[in-house]
Amino acid sequence: MSDAKPDLELDCRGMNCPLPILKTKKAIDTLKTGQILKMIATDPGSINDMNAWTNSTGNALVESEQSGKEFVFYIRKK
Amino acid sequence: MAKKETSEPKSMVLIASKGTLDWAYPPFILASTAVALGWNVTVFFTFYGLVLLRKDLDLKVSPLGNPAMPMKMPFGPKFFKNINWPMPNLLMGNAPGFEDMATSMMKKTFKTKGVASILELREICVESGVRMIGCQMTMDVFGFEKTDFIEGVEIGGAASALESAGNSDVSMFI
Repeated sequence: MSDAKPDLELDCRGMNCPLPILKTKKAIDTLKTGQILKMIATDPGSINDMNAWTNSTGNALVESEQSGKEFVFYIRKK
Repeated sequence: MAKKETSEPKSMVLIASKGTLDWAYPPFILASTAVALGWNVTVFFTFYGLVLLRKDLDLKVSPLGNPAMPMKMPFGPKFFKNINWPMPNLLMGNAPGFEDMATSMMKKTFKTKGVASILELREICVESGVRMIGCQMTMDVFGFEKTDFIEGVEIGGAASALESAGNSDVSMFI
């Protein structure tokens, strides 16, 4: 488990590309700089996509982990 | 990968030229994702792509002339869903009602797989400021008025499409 305490949690389980990214973007827009978003997805493509999205937007992918068929991402808002 | 270290956001220009349900996805997926990445996005809708701008969106998928389209069932156990039904393309295309059936099956499959609807993706594009341009010439040819389209659509021609494409980082014809 992560030490990072999320300020907001977003459930993207069952969603397919590009919905997890679009929902993550919307969710991060509601946060303040430095706050943490926890996003849970089941789309295996989301690993690469979250990396690409954080690289492009400058938000930091603090941690990502896989538990079973779920992928959990912790993102710190730029 | 070399990263462009400028404060200027990237930009993308798409030309959307197809108006079937299946081909409506690529431009709207790419446009909505690009704005989520912080890019400036312009989509130029031309020829059959114009129908994607209609207020009353009614897209269909045609199996005719689409020989690589897998014919799969959207329901049932996994092994059943994975069967690719060996239906001849010509037969599918000519059978009355087949297009409607294929369309509703594709919509159902997209939904069960957690894929957004075209309407949802288009709304996200509109909300997030994707610039949408309808091609004036094809509007004249196919008899579309600006009032047939959703709010915010601009009208332009090849020169405006090329001007934006010339200044963009990514441009694609779909």
